[in-house]
Amino acid sequence: MSQICPLFKREFLGYFRSPVAYVFLVAFVVISISLSFSPFGGFFESNDASLRLYFSFYPWLFLFLVPAVGMRLWSEERRTGTIELLFTLPVTRLEAVLGKFLAAWAFLTLAILSSITMAFTIAYLGKPDWGVVVSTYLGSILMAGGYLGVCSLMSALTKNQVISFVLGLIACAALLMLGFSGFTSTLESFLPVAAADAIANFSFATHFEGFTRGIIDARDVVFFLSLMGFTLFLNVVVLDR
Amino acid sequence: MIEVKGLVKTYGTKRAVDGVTFNVRRGDILGFLGPNGAGKSTTMKVITGYLPPTAGSVTVNGIDVTQDPVATKRLIGYLPESAPAYGEMTVTEYLNFLADIRGYRTKEARQAQVERAIGLTHLEGVRRQTIETLSKGYRQRVGFAQALLHDPAVLVLDEPTDGLDPNQKHEVRLLIRQMAAEKAVILSTHILEEVDAICNRVIIISQGKIVSDETPEKMHARKSGARLDEIFRQLTLSDV
Repeated sequence: MSQICPLFKREFLGYFRSPVAYVFLVAFVVISISLSFSPFGGFFESNDASLRLYFSFYPWLFLFLVPAVGMRLWSEERRTGTIELLFTLPVTRLEAVLGKFLAAWAFLTLAILSSITMAFTIAYLGKPDWGVVVSTYLGSILMAGGYLGVCSLMSALTKNQVISFVLGLIACAALLMLGFSGFTSTLESFLPVAAADAIANFSFATHFEGFTRGIIDARDVVFFLSLMGFTLFLNVVVLDR
Repeated sequence: MIEVKGLVKTYGTKRAVDGVTFNVRRGDILGFLGPNGAGKSTTMKVITGYLPPTAGSVTVNGIDVTQDPVATKRLIGYLPESAPAYGEMTVTEYLNFLADIRGYRTKEARQAQVERAIGLTHLEGVRRQTIETLSKGYRQRVGFAQALLHDPAVLVLDEPTDGLDPNQKHEVRLLIRQMAAEKAVILSTHILEEVDAICNRVIIISQGKIVSDETPEKMHARKSGARLDEIFRQLTLSDV
């Protein structure tokens, strides 16, 4: 497992060797903050010193931005042929998958934490509940990991980054939509309620919601961690073919 | 050092490598010759552990490549065809990353290996340039530096002189010959003069099968006075 460290370092610094990191970080902060100040966000109208409204856009924002980070993970290696180099170095598939995933996850965490100025803003405007702020950040980071696991898997399937992006987007959209009432009621019309409920349980949105209300439920944490574990396991299997 | 026994590799229904058996000892420079698509690269990819064999076995220094791939990969330096590299890194960053992966964990140890590889392949002038800005010849040399970095006991080079100008070709050949005494080297090529210049053994492979395995001198003796490419053509004609 000691091989993860050099792989992580190369991948993480790789974002900053090209304009990717700077474009992404700026876009992430600008889009997320302007959404909450926009008429859709209603940040001021809510008259509430909390980040609930700011984070309510995250599941939607991640839908586009996480595939943008995840799409290059394996597709790029396949396209440039460096995958042959990587897999003839003394590293196992698992180490390679983990090293790359953790680097991308750390990068997303950095993006999420760069919104910390929003927390200072609400602290200036009122008295926020810091417990809720911390749990929301924790939830966002875990949710980003879940999205990223799915996108990393999709990226391993193709050497075309556009296909990788679209596959990631579709898979994440499916996992997000599962939780919405319109979707579940459609499912309930032809499936038993218990089955529809079970499927709805796989949604990012349902598991994220608790965190935004300051509740760190073990089930939600386990959901995101096991989603990451499962997708990364499949990732190794796909690369082993 | 390398023992290949009854190696078969199929892609779908196509047999790319069909029962190849040979071994390479320390001090050997084995030239792997054959028309395009004969199975040279595939054989090398199995030896280096990139592709699993369909049947047969490959051992490096007595270790089976499917049993303990990480151990055999440590022993091998591999230059893949067209020398892929992480283009956004500079030459020094790239080689430092590889030294790290190759187990040189202290900064001094890494630096020593990187300097040695840069010196051997004459990359001093471009060390701070990103790899994507380099010309083909330099990129090939970076690939070469990558393969030599950990002073491996086994070198597997897939068309090492491809894309180099005559002077660079000469230099690479010289380098391979200098190092060969304490290493086992396999190199693939379709440049026949190269075999004469550096190899002490030649395997000709055609349609996934070995059609000859001998020294270059013996090969010349097959048909006295004939040029190597005539003999090559005769042996691989069924492929055309």
